[in-house]
Amino acid sequence: MPLHITGAADAALIELPWDIPLSAWPEEHIAALPRGLSRHVVRFVRHGDAVLAVKETNPEIAHKEFSMLRELVRLEAPCVHPVAVVTGRTTRSGEELSAALITEHLAYSLPYRAIFSSTLRKGTLKRLVGALSVLMVRLHLLGFYWGDVSLSNALFRRDASEFSAYLVDAETGDLHAALTDGQREYDLEIAMTNITGELLDLQGSEDLDESVDPFDFSERLEKRYRELWAALTETSVHTSNIRMRVAERVRRLNDLGFDLDEIDMEETGDGTAIAIRPKVVDAGFHQRRLLRLTGVDVQENQARRLLNDMDEYWAWHHPNADEHYAAHQWLTTMFEPTIRAVPRQLRGKLEPAQVYHEVLDHRWYLAESAGHDVSMPVATASYVKNVLPGKADEHAVLGLSLAEMTAELPALSAEHGDAYEPRDPHANDNTHGWGGVPEPEASEPPQVQRSSTKIPVTHRPAVPGRDTADAGDGGATAPPTAPTVS
Amino acid sequence: MATVTYDNATRIYPGTERPAVDNLNIDIADGEFLVLVGPSGCGKSTSLRMLAGLEDIDQGAIWVGDRDVTHVQPKDRDIAMVFQSYALYPHMSVADNMGFALKIAKVDKAEIRQRVEAAAKILDLTEYLDRKPKALSGGQRQRVAMGRAIVRQPQVFLMDEPLSNLDAKLRVQTRTQIAALQRRLGTTTVYVTHDQVEALTMGDRIAVLKDGVLQQVGTPRDMYDAPANVFVAGFIGSPAMNIGTYQVHDGQAQVGRGKVKLDREAVAHLKAEDKNHVVLGFRPESLDRVAPNSEGAIPIAVDVVEELGSDAFVYGEVPNEFGEAQDLHFSAGDSQMIVRIDPRDVPKKGDTVWVTIREGEQHVFSAATGERLSSEVKTEGSPVK
Repeated sequence: MPLHITGAADAALIELPWDIPLSAWPEEHIAALPRGLSRHVVRFVRHGDAVLAVKETNPEIAHKEFSMLRELVRLEAPCVHPVAVVTGRTTRSGEELSAALITEHLAYSLPYRAIFSSTLRKGTLKRLVGALSVLMVRLHLLGFYWGDVSLSNALFRRDASEFSAYLVDAETGDLHAALTDGQREYDLEIAMTNITGELLDLQGSEDLDESVDPFDFSERLEKRYRELWAALTETSVHTSNIRMRVAERVRRLNDLGFDLDEIDMEETGDGTAIAIRPKVVDAGFHQRRLLRLTGVDVQENQARRLLNDMDEYWAWHHPNADEHYAAHQWLTTMFEPTIRAVPRQLRGKLEPAQVYHEVLDHRWYLAESAGHDVSMPVATASYVKNVLPGKADEHAVLGLSLAEMTAELPALSAEHGDAYEPRDPHANDNTHGWGGVPEPEASEPPQVQRSSTKIPVTHRPAVPGRDTADAGDGGATAPPTAPTVS
Repeated sequence: MATVTYDNATRIYPGTERPAVDNLNIDIADGEFLVLVGPSGCGKSTSLRMLAGLEDIDQGAIWVGDRDVTHVQPKDRDIAMVFQSYALYPHMSVADNMGFALKIAKVDKAEIRQRVEAAAKILDLTEYLDRKPKALSGGQRQRVAMGRAIVRQPQVFLMDEPLSNLDAKLRVQTRTQIAALQRRLGTTTVYVTHDQVEALTMGDRIAVLKDGVLQQVGTPRDMYDAPANVFVAGFIGSPAMNIGTYQVHDGQAQVGRGKVKLDREAVAHLKAEDKNHVVLGFRPESLDRVAPNSEGAIPIAVDVVEELGSDAFVYGEVPNEFGEAQDLHFSAGDSQMIVRIDPRDVPKKGDTVWVTIREGEQHVFSAATGERLSSEVKTEGSPVK
């Protein structure tokens, strides 16, 4: 059988050394080696500007997983994108080689073991488990039965102060028109077992914070999953004020980050009440609003944070303007200059939207410590100087634990990770939007009591010449250098 | 330990008309190893998942022992799905790898230890219990993974194509191990595969499904010697049975130039709707080479000879120069034949060999319904090569 590549329209794929077993691919192609155990040989491969994950498996599994991932992408599920399936591989001497599945590495995504540096703490773990439960609910809503839910089989991206999770391994999964309760229950049971196992393993290697009880977290996952599933799918019965009830239900869904596409309203059998059931819900409520207004495509919690900032900016600067105008102004005078202020060499650290989120947090600390508001350019400069350089590069953190740990492994030898530095996707670094960025006043960031990142500035000092009486709580003042629009 | 009963169990996927599994009736004995086999889309996995509680049962019921589990949640059915590949955690001891899931189920410590030790004994892992998986060989690691399912001490084990991601060699090894282990444990097991050789080698009994309908349940020997219909006849056996539709004259089937005398009992069962045709099947090893033009012999033009050392197979065609053949409706492949021959006397490509079907080794089926008309074929030896 001749070499056969099905999938992406990318002729250059044929140039990869398909006649060599993946485990022996020359270093010039390898971006990183996954560390740990794997059911299959997995390698990260440099390919032009992209990083691809290549997995060797049998042709049936490769084709099945490829078409499943393609279908999931079409359904807009949070998952890695499939690129191609390679079959008919032979060595030069004619020996048959495994088929391969190629997927695209998700930029800024992190395997869970890369999220903590020394030990996994309770707070981080809570957020990981939260993200995983949202992922499960989203996949279940689409009719996807995962079959092997675990922290290792997902990738995580920072999403404001939370994480969002992405499906990596669809090999064990199945797509159905709708899942039965039995399928959801069983998926949940597998998830609980796997997560407990993973945490016990971390405990075994002393990588888990001592205060964490692995068994608590499987229960936590279950609880979060059930709450969210109920909020999204439960039927509620009301006897009066139906309009308001529906509006309430929609708002509750929006608060959870979901959109309601269809709703079912049905009179109960005795005709005295109306049953309301959300029919089609879709994640990404805030994400879509931000995309519509600004063209900026980010994750849900990042979008929520950015929209809050935008709404505040709108109320403060352009209270009479329409939403689109205000959004455009916010984009060009706040968001873009902040992102551009990050020097080229620091851009692989965090996603732009995550940088903006962190600058907002940083601004809050600065303001609290200074006792007065700090402008966005000053906060940005301070953040870039004092905070960002200390962060790890997360643009392409590869495969610390992508590998699945399984029974039928040929070898348990640990392979060593090797970070790959990708090319800078943003090639400009001017800050013309602000006409130059002022130096922060102090070279060290002030030390503040960090109780929570979610408490807004509550006392706004009066800015000379400006009436702040109507600003309300939770606002930050406009940067003094922001251009005013007449 | 428990029996499993499918009682007219039916699954109809929402939005479809044809049931994915249609009125399935199987009684599985306590301790039995039952294999569900069939081509893809036949409903075998759906049947297994109905038992597991992953698919709803739209009509009928499923019983485990004397308990109706039709509407019971998966985790309350006392059934364990054995995974294709369990994770083995490298920083946990073998004992912890096997037992930690019981701790989630709040089984007490002493009980866990006792169950783990019992499982380890069966799996020959006792001396490794306090070691890390790193110290084990590949096969031992696989047994640890099995141990995770065993310590749960379920009433029934379910396995869905557990060997599908192994290479051919490991697949053969592992299937022997699983079958042996199941016999030692004596736990009722339902196993799904699309591979009929796997089914024949592993199962106490086999259930063949097609289009959601059970075709036949029986021991590997039953399936081989007395397939209930044309589908089972063609599905079970490797190389496959020779099957063709032929016209019948005076109790003889016209196979190319040859006239094959049919089993008398089978001919007596022919009905008007068969229109004087039968489906005749015979296995490659049921043929004897005879002199050209012998009575009842079929000529076969040799295309390929496959020599396997202990055996040799001729792949050939029945020449179709016989006048009447123009009116016969050979379906595609009807004229293709496989014959097992003496490896010390192999013909060349292009030769014609003459063969007769050994007495009592015909499988005769109704041309109209595909149902078996002849009685069981008695052969010796294992159905699997």
